[in-house]
Amino acid sequence: MMEIMEGSHAVARAVTLCRPQVIAAYPITPQTHIVEALAEIVANCELDADYITVESEFSALSACLGASAAGSRVYSATTSQGLALMFEVCYNVAGMRFPVVMSIVNRAMGAPLSIWNDHQDSISLRDSGWMQFYAEDNQEATDLHYVAYKVAENHRVLLPSLVCFDGYIISHTYEPVDMLTQEQADSYLPPFKPYHRLDADDPISFGLFASPDYYQEFRYENDQAMRRAHEIIATCGREFGEMFGRDYSGLVEPYRLEDADTAIVAMGSLCGTVKDAIDELRDAGKKVGLLKIRTFRPFPAEEIVKFLSGVSRVAVLDKNISLGSKGAACLEVKDALYGSQIPVLGYVLALGGRDVRKKDIAAIVDNAEKGIGDIFYGLREELLK
Amino acid sequence: MALNLGCTAKPGKSRENKTGSWRVFKPEFIHDKCTQCGMCIIVCPEGCISLNEEEYPVPDYDYCKGCGLCAEECPADAIEMKKEEK
Repeated sequence: MMEIMEGSHAVARAVTLCRPQVIAAYPITPQTHIVEALAEIVANCELDADYITVESEFSALSACLGASAAGSRVYSATTSQGLALMFEVCYNVAGMRFPVVMSIVNRAMGAPLSIWNDHQDSISLRDSGWMQFYAEDNQEATDLHYVAYKVAENHRVLLPSLVCFDGYIISHTYEPVDMLTQEQADSYLPPFKPYHRLDADDPISFGLFASPDYYQEFRYENDQAMRRAHEIIATCGREFGEMFGRDYSGLVEPYRLEDADTAIVAMGSLCGTVKDAIDELRDAGKKVGLLKIRTFRPFPAEEIVKFLSGVSRVAVLDKNISLGSKGAACLEVKDALYGSQIPVLGYVLALGGRDVRKKDIAAIVDNAEKGIGDIFYGLREELLK
Repeated sequence: MALNLGCTAKPGKSRENKTGSWRVFKPEFIHDKCTQCGMCIIVCPEGCISLNEEEYPVPDYDYCKGCGLCAEECPADAIEMKKEEK
């Protein structure tokens, strides 16, 4: 049923339909309406879950780790500095192979203090072993939670998952959302079956000591699981499409890419603006298309090659920067297209919530056509004198 | 040993895995000076000091890591830390 919902509330409702048994979160600034709404839902007995109020984000994810080890489906949500405080536990959750699902409302990292959107927070967890999904709008942010749980809990994967969506642009914006019914959600997402769990009658310890003779093989196994996730995401995304009409089988999503000279690559809500800009540029006779990256980890390198091998140039938009290097997606796309002779030009933009408009996309396409890339786009030069 | 998913282990691994090999200094218990107060048993972080048949404390060198807490806390100075000879 279609409802006009705020992004955070829509996600809270979707999470409720996923029936998590334990939710732990900390209400630091910035937190979002997701866990606020979930607290109310649990208090109203609309969801049979333990809602643990903890003293920090570190504790929130630690509680989730423990509850997942005990065999529960768990959920948390955080953003920017809160995610940074979870950093150590993030690696432990992935290393112990617990299918925790966490929403990340993407925001800039301090300092300087900013509560506005960019992707620096979740991108900083790139190497931790968490899958990363990026949503374009409220509907996708909602739907990806069902898919994330199903992929994460698949016994061939067993990795945690971040569902990322842009702070304010999605989290605080009202849009029509087609919400599943509980019956539909249950038919797609069966109850969690842990691979192994803490059990007093059959004791087990997780995440133990690995000497140099063993550690590297554990990281290799995590990498293999992440690579297997590629195929499982496609399968689970296709199944979602067959059941509810919205297909998420692609780790990427092309838009007007056929016959394109310039391909733009982007993630998150920015893709909506890019699509509108492309429509106008196409009307003006410019052959421009978009490849949206929905799944950043595992990275869809094969799809990048498949969809972009025919274009003349690629412009990658990154709402993050690895200081001293480039934006994260730009590096990955360059790597995927290595040897193809296609120029890949990176544009770091929209940091700390700076707005990106259609005319900015047109300007970036102009830059790409002139071969000007690997720059911060939209710098206010007058501030840098 | 094949890898267990999530690096898991069943109970009892510490019986197979002797951890005393890290030791640099080794506590020597001088029972002539010992007052049998039991302080060393309480402070041992490894829990590897127990009483022998005459009720004097003896360490289990398979697990003693040579931290020296027992020697530091012993009120009778009846424990001496000696460089481990290997």
